[in-house]
Amino acid sequence: MKKHFSPALAGIVAALVLVPGLAIAEESGHHEIPRQPWSFSGFTGQFDKAQLQRGFQVYKEVCSNCHSLKRIAFRNLVQPGGPEFPEAAVKALAAEWPNKITDGPNDEGKMFERPARLSDPILGPYKNDEEARAAQNGALPPDLSLMARARDVERESPWYIHPFLMLGDILKGYQEGGADYIYAVMTGFEDPPAGFHMVEGKYYNTAFPGHQISMPPPLSDGAVPYQDGTPQKLDNYAHDVAAFLSWAADPSLDQRKRIGWQVILYLIVTTILLYIGKKRIWSAIKH
Amino acid sequence: MSGHTSTYKPTSRWGKWFDERLPIARMMHGQFVDFPTPRNLNYLWTFGGILTFILGAQIITGVVLAMHYQPSAAGAFDSIEQIRRDVNYGWMIRNFHAVGASMFFFAVYIHIFRGLYYGSYKAPREVLWILGVIIMLLMMATAFMGYSLPWGQMSFWGVTVITNLFSALDTIINGLGTAIVEWLWGGYSVSGTTLNRFFSLHYLLPFVLTGVVGLHLWALHTAGQNNPTGLDLKEPSDSVPMHPYATSKDAVGLFAFLILFAWFVFFVPDYLGHADNYIEANPLVTPPHIVPEWYFLPFYAILRSFTSTFLWIIPLGQYAKLCGVVAMFSAVLIIAFVPWLDTSRVRSAKYRPIFKWFFWFFVFTCVALGYLGSRPAEGVYVMWAQIFTVCYFLFFLVAMPIIGLIETPKKLPRSITESVLGGSTAMPNGVAASPEKR
Repeated sequence: MKKHFSPALAGIVAALVLVPGLAIAEESGHHEIPRQPWSFSGFTGQFDKAQLQRGFQVYKEVCSNCHSLKRIAFRNLVQPGGPEFPEAAVKALAAEWPNKITDGPNDEGKMFERPARLSDPILGPYKNDEEARAAQNGALPPDLSLMARARDVERESPWYIHPFLMLGDILKGYQEGGADYIYAVMTGFEDPPAGFHMVEGKYYNTAFPGHQISMPPPLSDGAVPYQDGTPQKLDNYAHDVAAFLSWAADPSLDQRKRIGWQVILYLIVTTILLYIGKKRIWSAIKH
Repeated sequence: MSGHTSTYKPTSRWGKWFDERLPIARMMHGQFVDFPTPRNLNYLWTFGGILTFILGAQIITGVVLAMHYQPSAAGAFDSIEQIRRDVNYGWMIRNFHAVGASMFFFAVYIHIFRGLYYGSYKAPREVLWILGVIIMLLMMATAFMGYSLPWGQMSFWGVTVITNLFSALDTIINGLGTAIVEWLWGGYSVSGTTLNRFFSLHYLLPFVLTGVVGLHLWALHTAGQNNPTGLDLKEPSDSVPMHPYATSKDAVGLFAFLILFAWFVFFVPDYLGHADNYIEANPLVTPPHIVPEWYFLPFYAILRSFTSTFLWIIPLGQYAKLCGVVAMFSAVLIIAFVPWLDTSRVRSAKYRPIFKWFFWFFVFTCVALGYLGSRPAEGVYVMWAQIFTVCYFLFFLVAMPIIGLIETPKKLPRSITESVLGGSTAMPNGVAASPEKR
């Protein structure tokens, strides 16, 4: 048995290393959304707290002018595994958040507006989709809470390479298609190629499906003043906000991977012990 | 349950008292402790235990999820997000359940291919096999309805596409298909009403499934397990007691499988799903590609391969959809007829030099159909889907009956014991040279 295994295993490993390389070489002409290095990528990656804080700043100062983040409550910004802002600061932030919470009815049966509390969701400027469309020339700025999970990057590959790419992604623990996509959209604004017909009021974007997006380029160098000395470049803004939205879409990522390692280690050790036990039991008979 | 009599002896007075009134411990002992299992079972035989575990795990995680889930068009998507974000370890329970469905199918497909390879469907195991096909159908129905529950875009459009299949009956009796579809939906389109009934059935079917699994086990323990040689148990030395032999091996198989399971749950939980399902269902926006979960892809490819002209020459016209639907259901149901389609009396493909090749080509066919099902239905993909659909059915309808008639099987060992011990007395390296103890 063992003699058959090692060449097969070596073959698989070689294929995993070589084939994706060949695939990429083969397709260099094709425009594909490139993968970015993320602190939270792969099966060991964790969020970078400072990056999440910068990403939230980008969201607050730019994205939140149009987009809500309704599945994230202010209290989530304090919780471990996220940006982990101090609670007092987030309380103040919630109280000052320009988009108020509609509450009620009060004693007189009237709905009223009040400042947000820690337990309230992070709302955008519009009360409903209709108001958003009316304000945005018919376009709807989507809620961003799940954006990093609701988008993915399709990889085009020939059929004989596809299984190896799939296996490689599973083994690497690749789940960052959404973040790669967000980065690509943020940095993908360009002048349309010659002869490309643009609809009035749309912007050309290399990553957006169909290349015509209603959102004007939201970020540019120097748009958001960073406090921690990180260069104020579009590239950094795009990475930071994509990381922040990845956290917003999957706030338990850090905990998930941490527990994951404990579970996997437990299972491996138990499997080995069970295998030793099984060998001992079966050693009583020939099989 | 079977001809095997339990050697159970109650050790306490209370045990004796109970045994005379309800001999359940006697039965369990007879069926799961000293039940004779073939001594040559390989790790592919651990998948039965793995599947039982997954069924239990799915029911437990499912019951917990149902405590937090809201089966309504307005609340479903939000409640799933609440489970992921606000319920204690909700993300883990949810991942276990969602990934568990995929693992269930992964394990069941291995289980079925194992049965096909070693001829586990042949007499006297036909009923056991058919019960297995019923289990697979119930699994498919349960998984399909379960996938609708998050009420994301892929949930909604998947339900729309699959329930609409019945409208193909309109080409036979005008209005019949539409009537069935509207009856299934509980309205004129997929709506919260549809979601509600799917949730009800999704909760019911696993218990039906558990019942059929009970029958499957009963049939298994009546006929006894098949084994890699496909030979019957003839002498006492052919078998070992289930415990501790088979149970210790099952435990290794189960835990090794759980490593794979946990890898997906903790590191790539979204890999087997679709990003589109994190967008709330919207009846006004159709996703660019509606793709089912991976475990339905081969059947989906068969469904879509029936276009108005099949394989360049066969005109199907308006009946294309109906043919696709019939072919898709036939692709599952035909498995139930395998015991009678296979004409060979030799069970194990180990001793069937020709069948073996066709078996592996059939595995390739299924994988190829799965790949084609994930591609858009256009151009060269459609042609290949048609070719492999034909291959799929040819395996059952032509290869299986004919190979049995023309193939000369290899010489079978006289017994399982002989196949294990071999004719010679030389011991291979690393094998304990101790004699049989039973």
